[in-house]
Amino acid sequence: MSDPLISVRNLRVSFRLDRSTTFDAVKGISFDIPRDSTVALVGESGSGKSVTSLAMLGLLPPENSIIDASSEIIYGDRNLLSLPIGELRKLRGADISMIFQEPMTSLNPVFTVGWQLEEVLRLHMGMTGRAARKRSVEVLREVGIPEPERRIDAYPSQLSGGQQQRVMIAMAIACEPKLLIADEPTTALDVTIQKQILDLIADLQKRHQMSVLFITHDLAVVGEIADYVVVMRNGEIREQGRAKTVFETPQDTYTKALLRCRPQLDRRPTRLPVIDDFIHGTGPAHIEERKRGIKASDAIVLDVKNLGKSFYSREGLFGRREFKAVQDVSFKLPKGKTLGLVGESGSGKTTVGLTLMRLHEATTGEAIFEGRDLLAMSPKQFMAYKRRIQIIFQNPYASLNPRFTVGQILVEPMQIHGIGNSTQARTDMAFELLDKVGLSEVSFYKYPHEFSGGQRQRIAIARCLTMRPDILICDESVSALDVSVQAQVLNLLQDLQDEFGLSYIFISHDLAVVKYISDEVMVMNEGRIVEIANSDEIYRHPKMPYTRRLLASIPKGWHGEHARAND
Amino acid sequence: MATDVAALRHGRPALAREIPHTVSPGLWTLAWRRLRSDHVGMVSLVIVAAFIVMMILSGVGLIAGDWNREAGVNYAPPSFLGAEAPAAAPAAMTTSEGATPANEYKSSIADPIGDVIRAIKSAEKSAKSAKGESQSAAAPPTTSAPAPSSDEEKSVDPLAAVMADIRAGKGVTAEAKPEARKATLPFGGDKWGRDVLKKTIKGSETSIFVGLAAAAVATFLGTLFGAVAGYYGKWVDDFFNWFYSVFSSIPYLLLILAVAAVLQQKGIFTIVLILGLTGWTGTFRLIRAEYLKHKAREYVQAADAIGASNTRRMFIHIFPNVSHVVLVQMSIYAVGFIKAEVILSFLGFGVPVDVVSWGSMLNEAQNELILGKWWQLVAAGTAMAVLVTAFSLFTDALRDALDPKLKGRIGV
Repeated sequence: MSDPLISVRNLRVSFRLDRSTTFDAVKGISFDIPRDSTVALVGESGSGKSVTSLAMLGLLPPENSIIDASSEIIYGDRNLLSLPIGELRKLRGADISMIFQEPMTSLNPVFTVGWQLEEVLRLHMGMTGRAARKRSVEVLREVGIPEPERRIDAYPSQLSGGQQQRVMIAMAIACEPKLLIADEPTTALDVTIQKQILDLIADLQKRHQMSVLFITHDLAVVGEIADYVVVMRNGEIREQGRAKTVFETPQDTYTKALLRCRPQLDRRPTRLPVIDDFIHGTGPAHIEERKRGIKASDAIVLDVKNLGKSFYSREGLFGRREFKAVQDVSFKLPKGKTLGLVGESGSGKTTVGLTLMRLHEATTGEAIFEGRDLLAMSPKQFMAYKRRIQIIFQNPYASLNPRFTVGQILVEPMQIHGIGNSTQARTDMAFELLDKVGLSEVSFYKYPHEFSGGQRQRIAIARCLTMRPDILICDESVSALDVSVQAQVLNLLQDLQDEFGLSYIFISHDLAVVKYISDEVMVMNEGRIVEIANSDEIYRHPKMPYTRRLLASIPKGWHGEHARAND
Repeated sequence: MATDVAALRHGRPALAREIPHTVSPGLWTLAWRRLRSDHVGMVSLVIVAAFIVMMILSGVGLIAGDWNREAGVNYAPPSFLGAEAPAAAPAAMTTSEGATPANEYKSSIADPIGDVIRAIKSAEKSAKSAKGESQSAAAPPTTSAPAPSSDEEKSVDPLAAVMADIRAGKGVTAEAKPEARKATLPFGGDKWGRDVLKKTIKGSETSIFVGLAAAAVATFLGTLFGAVAGYYGKWVDDFFNWFYSVFSSIPYLLLILAVAAVLQQKGIFTIVLILGLTGWTGTFRLIRAEYLKHKAREYVQAADAIGASNTRRMFIHIFPNVSHVVLVQMSIYAVGFIKAEVILSFLGFGVPVDVVSWGSMLNEAQNELILGKWWQLVAAGTAMAVLVTAFSLFTDALRDALDPKLKGRIGV
């Protein structure tokens, strides 16, 4: 590690919350980024990984962030933290550049891709006119944009999400930087596109011999590309070292926990280990495997036949264009089992869930529940069935009304459906449920913003349980959560299924999670079912080419240095 | 719902026996705390509150009830200036023109049909004065100079005889003079010697009440229409948008004149109605946009999923999330409508003549200013400026307190 490209020394960053209180986001960390290598900065939300990268570029908001005077970020022979803003601006984009998580919001929608690329070249390389345009086409070709001569005049909205991220990468590498900082560059993308982008970054790193600082929460992704790994938690470094060492012989309990609590494709313990198991030294308590799968003898609670949903957009004065979001979807949901629904964005998997709940009205098809067609009922008739099918949304920050206390959130559905005969009875039940989902009784009086993401998802689950549903639709319910919290919520869902015999429709783009929780998996693409089979079956012997492609793109994590060298 | 919430908060659930009674601070508590730490906001709040207390006291008649009494001499100067030479007053009287009923009579004396007019006017006058004692006190502007002799009175006012008749008819004799008038008043006197300070206080009643009531009406309409349009969308939204466009395409003053013509009467409630009916458009657009945004939020979908009805989703789920916008909007409106009332009254479209408002005071002050009698203008102008400034600053503080993320940004 002699003569690193950048070394971070004792970096301390705190944020001013109000006049008297500050929050230490980064608590004195030191690490090096060697030349020509990829360093992964791994951590869950609040670990300070993004703050660290923003500090390198001097992008922290100056009005409320304090960087400790003893902190140093040495690049060459200069300390980036004490560099005047003008100097730093010259370095940004030219020597160090960054790609962000959301390509859609990082590109300016009113300028063409070419204009934005040329601007970077103009500012940092002094290129103008034809030279800049030529170089732009070159870079676009390098990042794998088809027909770059034509696409250079496209607006960002005319490109797909993956192509937008490619353009972002093109802008970042246009000036051939020494260091590329990638802040969760693939989190917002589908697995298949994530795979392509990861390959692209790895390829560019080798070709340009630059260094990459790859920031992510996903250890599986890290295993695919990193040479060095830095694990952060709560603003401190828990472990750092060569990827091989960290993955094969992790020293820190937190690193061990992170590696284990993510569901794995080849194993299915009855409960996922959570961080506490490791911190308290109890170790993973349940190591026996859980049997999954559906037998023909299972009782069916919901029988969906030929479900279809079309959206219409106005076109011209009287015309309208039909967009078939879901077509001809049929499946049976057995009692007490989980149906996993996977697919890329736009595959119609969420629409299936919302249509079954009649949050969207179905265009065709029927859903037989207790011998009656839910989709053909009048809204009044459906009201009695509404509580029987419930949904847990993706974003726990958005799905709880911020102006209601948790108590109000839990009591309201019982009021609406006349469950419990008095306020007292309902309140008692709310307390019981809070206990069941693992929240303290004080939570009853609090507002949602006082809880973390995982806790909020527990509240959302408790809200569904107040109505004693038979079917629970989980729409990407754990996707927004940190790995360790994800494990806790998955365990909770599993416990509830065991206790109440709930049937789940588990919608997710995360194939590993779906594999873990599901008895049966349904793969969707462009509104249609591609394949439906028992989960072990579909992962071991996928029949359709689309399923195979999907499964091949799952980041496999660490599988030894040799495997990578052969890639 | 509200009672249930109260029960939830304050009831002692069986399972929660051992829990200390801690309800987390809600939006309003937090906003109040933020507002408390905002010095400018608190000072303006105190000023606004003082004005409102003044308005209420005046409204129930505890202060400034006798604003119409001619407490001082005509154009009595403010106390801090000291009394003027008594001779100045009658001289000023003769040079003044316009507004006073006395001068109207004087100008009509050369008219051939003067007698007819005089008869009609005096009949009107007597009818009006019959309404109240205060009216009659305002009516005899002839008692101009301090302790004027009856000769003097006649030489100045040729209608003294008519007035005497009216007085006789009402059973008020010319001899029944009001008590001795003061030479100076705290903030000076107007043309008839009424206390400007009391007029200002009484005027605040009109101006602030009109401002607040009209703001309430406009915000209520705007919020209701905006909520319905934004929530239901589709043709309901189209309908309200069409309605909104028609409303906002008509020039504001024309609309006010039209409504005034339809309502056929002048009065405080007419103005409240006019301002309220014409002013809802801004809130409508804002609230509609908020509802469009919130309707698509997951928590509203979640409310749908648990079976909440449309009304429940609109007013119990979404409304609390936009209520801060409504409150700030109401505050902005109050400022605007206080000004609007003043402008309308100044132009003569506002309150009737027997009601005092800051606008009508400013209108009177137009003529007085030529004579160098500036105190009525200054009193009404200062009162309005202080209130409006304080109210605006308070609105800003309120917005910052309710939506701390906006702090430091320009505009809403």
